[in-house]
Amino acid sequence: MSNDQVENAVTVKNVYKNYGDVEALRDLSLEFPKGQLTSLLGPSGCGKTTLLKIIAGLLPATQGEVLVNGQQVNKPGPDRAFVFQDFALMPWASVIRNVAFGLELRGVNKSERESIAIKYIKDVGLTGFEHSYPHELSGGMRQRVGLARALSVDSPVLLMDEPFSAVDEQTRRKFQEDLLNLVKNENKTFIFVTHSIEEAVYVSDQVALLLPRPSRVSEIIKPSSFKNKDINSIRKDSEYLDTVERIWKSLRSYVE
Amino acid sequence: MYLFGYRLPGMSSLILWGLLWEILGQMEVSFFLPPLTAIFSTLGEIYNSKAFIRALYETGYSFLAGVFFAVIIGIPTGILMGKNKLLDELLLPWVNTFMSAPLTALVPVLMVLFGFGLKSIIITTTLFAIWIIILNSRAGVMQINRSLVDMANSFGASPIDAFIKIYFWAALPEILGGVRIGFIRAVKGVIIAQLLISIVGFGALFELYSSRFLMTHFWAVIIVLFALAFTLSELLGMLARKVDYYASKRN
Repeated sequence: MSNDQVENAVTVKNVYKNYGDVEALRDLSLEFPKGQLTSLLGPSGCGKTTLLKIIAGLLPATQGEVLVNGQQVNKPGPDRAFVFQDFALMPWASVIRNVAFGLELRGVNKSERESIAIKYIKDVGLTGFEHSYPHELSGGMRQRVGLARALSVDSPVLLMDEPFSAVDEQTRRKFQEDLLNLVKNENKTFIFVTHSIEEAVYVSDQVALLLPRPSRVSEIIKPSSFKNKDINSIRKDSEYLDTVERIWKSLRSYVE
Repeated sequence: MYLFGYRLPGMSSLILWGLLWEILGQMEVSFFLPPLTAIFSTLGEIYNSKAFIRALYETGYSFLAGVFFAVIIGIPTGILMGKNKLLDELLLPWVNTFMSAPLTALVPVLMVLFGFGLKSIIITTTLFAIWIIILNSRAGVMQINRSLVDMANSFGASPIDAFIKIYFWAALPEILGGVRIGFIRAVKGVIIAQLLISIVGFGALFELYSSRFLMTHFWAVIIVLFALAFTLSELLGMLARKVDYYASKRN
């Protein structure tokens, strides 16, 4: 195994995905460095969610392979946890059961998984809502539940499928700041799908720009200079603004 | 319902129909239609008679056994059909056929296969109830939020876990709707079976009273049956409303 593979938490090698005659992904290769947040950014239909689901093991690739910590994977495993765009909470279960559900499926006993769940419910700021039901929560709170559930299984890789697209703009900004702290404090690898250029540049260590027809990685951008700055000044940073502008220039020809 | 701005309690219209019935009964329009008060006084006389209690027990037993099998077999079958395309292709034509088939015509066949006793009655009751339960469970599963299934899979749910912890619960509103209609059909089924297979239970009472033109007795038993079916259906309806909130949250 080369040194390179150890540094990458996830490696996608020459992945193809066809739906009948439709080519969703063609010969796509991408590396996801350990401990960093990589965004998959692109217009709708560029296959970013498809790629994420292939990495998650929820969709089979037609050809090619996905390595997680050097091991080839083709089905879901405890090394990856998924955060869903529509939260995917069980409406019949309380917050605490939803958060503990990943552990429940892994056979962790009730008192143990609930004490873990309580810790992560606290981490995402939902203490006091343990016994509420999803329909009693706002969209933002529901996604916090989804995030707590993914964190509670303590997977080294977190897969996030447009996690903030269904919440309002203020909540979204707060989430983005929280995510930056999460990446800094948790030693996890994040793969983050988004269609928002600003969001991708703001939260990412590395942005993979995906273009459609056929889907491919057109560019990898690694914003660097503003990463260590104060969270509040990133949106004013000139490299941040330039990067957003540059990505928009690449993408605009695909938006009709 | 509102009348002149006043909110009337549920089913107030029954009072009106009851009054009309009483008037027509008192006018002796037809021997078939005795006054409602006479029916209720007959009901007061027979409800603790041995024959009535035995009929109630026999019918209740067959009914409960019939719906038990309909639920125990119907719900898992429906869920599996909703999950599995192959199974669905195999079974759906049969389910649809039996759903609309005149099951009464099948009863003689069941008598040949299973005899003239309780077994045939229970099977008939099950056959009346099961198809709608299967179809509704299937429909419930087919509109499950796809990402809930992905979620369970991403955390490594075994098929049995996914079945019990996701599919069943996610389809519960539709399943309960199906069970409710199934129960109502089972009431029909158990009486038809008792009339055709062996003359027991309420079926026997209907047979006895109508052959002797005991119309007040006949109606009294019908009213009891209606009240039982109605109560059962309302109870299930209440249960269904309890889980409605999450059916509407699905997208």
